[in-house]
Amino acid sequence: MRDKLAEPYIELSNVSFSYDHTPVIEKLSFTVRKGEYLGIIGPNGGGKTTLIKIILGLLHPTEGAVLLFGKDRHDFKEKHRIGYVPQRVTQADREFPATVFEVVRTGRIPRLGFFQKFTAKDIEVVERAMKIAGIERYRDTLVGNLSGGERQRVFIARALASEPDVLILDEPTVGVDIGAQKTFYEFLASLNRDHNLTIIFISHDVDAVSQETKTVLCLNHTLVCHGLPRDLLNEHVLERLYGKHSHLVNHK
Amino acid sequence: MLEIFQYDFMVRAFEAGIAIGIVAPLIGMFLVVRRYSLMADTLAHVSFAGVAIGLFFKVNPVFTAIGLSVLASFGIEALRSSRRIFGESVLALFLSGSLALAVIILSLSKGFNANLFSYLFGSISTVSTTDLWVTVALAVVVFLDIVLLYKELFFASFDPELAQASGLPVKAINFMMVMLAAIAVAISIRIVGVLLIGALMVIPVISAMQYGRGFLTTLVLSVIFSITSVIAGLFASYYFNLASGGAIVMVALLIFLFSLAFIKSGKE
Repeated sequence: MRDKLAEPYIELSNVSFSYDHTPVIEKLSFTVRKGEYLGIIGPNGGGKTTLIKIILGLLHPTEGAVLLFGKDRHDFKEKHRIGYVPQRVTQADREFPATVFEVVRTGRIPRLGFFQKFTAKDIEVVERAMKIAGIERYRDTLVGNLSGGERQRVFIARALASEPDVLILDEPTVGVDIGAQKTFYEFLASLNRDHNLTIIFISHDVDAVSQETKTVLCLNHTLVCHGLPRDLLNEHVLERLYGKHSHLVNHK
Repeated sequence: MLEIFQYDFMVRAFEAGIAIGIVAPLIGMFLVVRRYSLMADTLAHVSFAGVAIGLFFKVNPVFTAIGLSVLASFGIEALRSSRRIFGESVLALFLSGSLALAVIILSLSKGFNANLFSYLFGSISTVSTTDLWVTVALAVVVFLDIVLLYKELFFASFDPELAQASGLPVKAINFMMVMLAAIAVAISIRIVGVLLIGALMVIPVISAMQYGRGFLTTLVLSVIFSITSVIAGLFASYYFNLASGGAIVMVALLIFLFSLAFIKSGKE
């Protein structure tokens, strides 16, 4: 398969993680390669967000190894190569007095040292990221005054501003209305296709993942399945993931 | 020249006041957006315990206030980041704890005196040359720290988790932030007073936030409001013989009410 030859970006081998002796992730191994569009699905509490936090270096696995762009996670310093779009459901940043430009600009920080100022080139990249995300007209608008879908794009632009190789999105469509979701998925697909961006996309929405992503990983404490959506997302797998009486709804 | 500036103590009060007027809202802004407004009041009460220690041992209370509040700021941040106690409760703990300590030391030193009263409500006539130099020097340090680390402070305040994922040492930045707050509070209590410094850090910031601008614009506006409050307050304090802290905060409050009315009229 073509993808097997691509450069490995994120490799996990036998990774386990527990919170206060409660295992959340057990013996998880998988590889994400350049150009992939991976959807991660699984029940709440199944370890999806924990997995992302391990990749981001926010949590440290109790066992196992994590390689990022071929380097052990302890030696990985090029944080700008991974763009992260966190789940935005809280109201906290609604009142934060910051313009879209000010927020998107923070994407450049991993590429700058302490005390270093933003250069003209940084600003250029920020402007381009806002354009790709389609939010350039909101440049000087307060982030809190935007709709859920627009704010989601601000955080994507922020991640793009660091010129990453991998984009990780945690439940990106929560709080985005149905109409905007379709455009949003088209936008993600174009980032993967036209900007050659590797995308990892966490969702509880099995339908969206099966229709949008190229590969899918099912996580319920450990790896339940990993492969092409059409091969995997059948009643049998869903039962292992979510328990009995799970059905694929509206699966085209 | 105005009569008011013929007095050295008034000139010192203006110089120290303007230094504080710049630094207080800069720190206040980061506290307000982090939902940490009570931090200023807590550190002020800790500084008060520091003042009591200074008066008891007959050393310059400004030094003991700075020392104790910086020490406490580390304790507050360590307890808060351990997540054993809610952030708010940590503040309550330090606020009442340090007040208890202050009261005990004061009762040991046989009661309250007039000098102490001036630390509670702020006094302009008591700013010594040493106080002035310490205030201005530390204000410059705080100011430079905020200017040089602006992008890091902004990012760590806006989204700490995202900042950490981007490789920022968020914990160290938070420690530095509360330490700067401790210094700013300790140098301010001479003029604004323990009970009112929290107001000078918070009110100009929430006034500026009414105008719905970005972070930097809001920050600059809050400094303008704060300096205006200090200058107008000091004039009022001199000509009407009022406690300086009360006069300054009252002007800040008027600016806040004006800002609120301005926004209301703009929306109609």
